[in-house]
Amino acid sequence: MVTNLPTKIETRDLNVYYDTTQALFGIDMVIPKNQVTALIGPSGCGKSTFLRSLNRMNDIILNARTEGTIRIDDQDIYASGVDLADLRRRVGMVFQKSNPFPKSLYENVVYGPKIHGVRDRQTLDELVEKSLQGAGLWEEVKDRLEKSAMELSGGQQQRLCIARALAVEPEILLMDEPASALDPKSTARIEDLIGELRENYTIVIVTHNMQQAARVSDYTAFFYEGHLIEFGETQTLFTKPGNQQTEDYITGRFG
Amino acid sequence: MRLTNQSKQRLPWDTIIRWCMRFIAYSVVVAVGYILFDIVVKGVGSISWEFLTDYPRKGGTEGGILPAIMGTVYLTAGAIIVALPLGMASAIYLSEYASQGRFTRMIRLAIVTLAGVPSIVFGLFGLGLFVLFFNFGTSILAGSLTLAFMILPTIIVSSEEALRAVPRALREGSLALGATRWQTISRNVLPYALPGMFTGSILGIGRAAGETAPILLTVAAFYLPILPSSVFDQVMALPYHLYILATQHPDTTKVLPLQYGTALVLLVLVTAFNLVAIMLRMRFRKKYKW
Ligand SMILES: Nc1ncnc2c1ncn2[C@@H]1O[C@H](COP(=O)(O)OP(=O)(O)O)[C@@H](O)[C@H]1O
Ligand SMILES: [Mg+2]
Repeated sequence: MVTNLPTKIETRDLNVYYDTTQALFGIDMVIPKNQVTALIGPSGCGKSTFLRSLNRMNDIILNARTEGTIRIDDQDIYASGVDLADLRRRVGMVFQKSNPFPKSLYENVVYGPKIHGVRDRQTLDELVEKSLQGAGLWEEVKDRLEKSAMELSGGQQQRLCIARALAVEPEILLMDEPASALDPKSTARIEDLIGELRENYTIVIVTHNMQQAARVSDYTAFFYEGHLIEFGETQTLFTKPGNQQTEDYITGRFG
Repeated sequence: MRLTNQSKQRLPWDTIIRWCMRFIAYSVVVAVGYILFDIVVKGVGSISWEFLTDYPRKGGTEGGILPAIMGTVYLTAGAIIVALPLGMASAIYLSEYASQGRFTRMIRLAIVTLAGVPSIVFGLFGLGLFVLFFNFGTSILAGSLTLAFMILPTIIVSSEEALRAVPRALREGSLALGATRWQTISRNVLPYALPGMFTGSILGIGRAAGETAPILLTVAAFYLPILPSSVFDQVMALPYHLYILATQHPDTTKVLPLQYGTALVLLVLVTAFNLVAIMLRMRFRKKYKW
């Protein structure tokens, strides 16, 4: 156990296969509550696969197969009878390439709440303001909520996707390289945003930018070829790595 | 330089092939242009208010072609009502629900093959199934259903294409918010695919409006100067009327202008269909971009 903070997510002997190739090997990980956990490692090492197993988005990849257990708040999310809609409401996701829906800003944000049965216009209006504020976008767009989301800049689109995820009031936010397609200024905004969101959400973020991991995260997990090599407090992992492979990676000797 | 050498050698062939292609392309345009021109010039004289709104008289040598126009409108509308929902539902199933295995591939192959089946075969199929087996008789119902089955493959194929054009990221974004598969399709896929589905379908329907063979055996009346009162009635139809005037009429010279007039009306109708499709496509292409 790395920490004595309350646990939010716990994986036990997690194996994921694509057809017959194994992408994750026996991952045991404890992700603490209301902290930012960064996943780092060279590309193809299984970071996205791990992230997608946490909200069962691997289920929609036809050739993917998952073994092992993942508990969120002590509930096994791979048990039979788990309500996928409810799971994904509780575990929000922001994708590497921002994917705003070709609808108005307003419709983007209320998409999730409407799916989950919120109909009252006033409640929706409040959710829109709250979510856009949470994503640091409200001031920029409050006068053009009826405009198409496709008219926003790349950085604004990604923050809109964050707002859209926040609107269903999740407990966990999964982010897969959320800033990798953005310019430095937008990246800085997203990083600031993560800092603000950490108070209320458990955040798991994939990044292959190690400065970014060091800046935004409390805990860091280093993956290599489908194995979890090292997991620990970000500061410790970056200054005193306990493993040769981790050290090679963070000092830029490979990857 | 070697590059110059090579291009010098290749130049004559390039030029010859280019001119051949250009000649062929222009010939096609000229041929089509000539046919259109011929029909318009010879047909426009017959077009009058009476021609469009009156019943035919004296075996079609006088009066108008209203029953044929209305017949074609009814048949096409009937085909749309049946084929559009059926085709769109099939496309949704094939592209969004069916597991993409061998069985689905076989279904797709069958659909593409069906699209290439000659229309007279659909006519015979309609005669056997709808007219005789279901005992609808030669009727609007049988004719519409036959046309519907003929254009179904086109609608399915173009609808599937429109669905596939919607980026996967939009489906994932919706699912990740906790939407079910059907919620995702109905709220975040179909709205963007519908314009494409409609345009592809309209093009198919335009074709159906001009077909003779499928209605020949299932609905079309030789000479029936009244409007139908139920879906079990026969009707006249523009393409069949044209065929009758051109080949089955004793007094060929007398009906020639009427023939051209009928052809022109059919042409305008089909062109109007296609124009609507093109306009829809342009409108929505601007609206949804990702
Ligand atoms: N849909 C898929 N089908 C087959 N193999 C996949 C699929 N997605 C990922 N993989 C493989 O699984 C491994 C891990 O991929 P991924 O989780 O995307 O890595 P990362 O996000 O760390 O770059 C890679 O070898 C990749 O090629
Ligand atoms: Mg990845």
